Amino acid sequence: MPLLKDKDREYLKGEFTRWLTSPVKLLFFTQTLECPTCELARQIYEEVASLSDQISLTKYNFVVDKEQVDEYRADKIPALVVEGARDYGIRFYGLPSGYEFTSLIEDIFDVAAGSTRLAKETKEALARLTKPVHLQVFVTPT
Amino acid sequence: MALESDLVTADMVEIQEFPYLGNKYNVYGVPKTVANETVHLEGAVPEPKFLEAVLKAGSTANARS
Repeated sequence: MPLLKDKDREYLKGEFTRWLTSPVKLLFFTQTLECPTCELARQIYEEVASLSDQISLTKYNFVVDKEQVDEYRADKIPALVVEGARDYGIRFYGLPSGYEFTSLIEDIFDVAAGSTRLAKETKEALARLTKPVHLQVFVTPT
Repeated sequence: MALESDLVTADMVEIQEFPYLGNKYNVYGVPKTVANETVHLEGAVPEPKFLEAVLKAGSTANARS
């Protein structure tokens, strides 16, 4: 049974068709015996990827595909990398349910565009960073 | 911000699935953001405030433990 409602599916399909003009790669890390949320996450990502030709989904095995696990620094599962023209360092760990699903869809549009709606001042300040900053945003299902 | 800077990486972490991280970072409410293990930000804050935390993290310690 699909996780996305018909209404939402149609809406997203329309938005993707209209606005998603560059490819987006979803890289999903799971394992053979999937954890309960891994299975749900996989279903969500499969459904999202099915809504646009621009979105591709690649599945990796967290245990076996060590090269990709290291390359993308996936340190727990379920993990999702949202990649545009290149890897911008955006990860989703755990189920993107509720408000986080909106964040995922927004991120898909943003990585496709290669830009964000952050303020000019914010972008200028970020450009002056000289050291890496790793952000972890903790959320709960809503 | 991760998209705007090659130096920034951003993880969404669903805390109920990774409770050990909730303990590690003292997450008592969400959203909570931890930048470079050291700078903690509670709640959904305005963009300038968030930027401030990112810049503070960028001027200090290691990105990952």
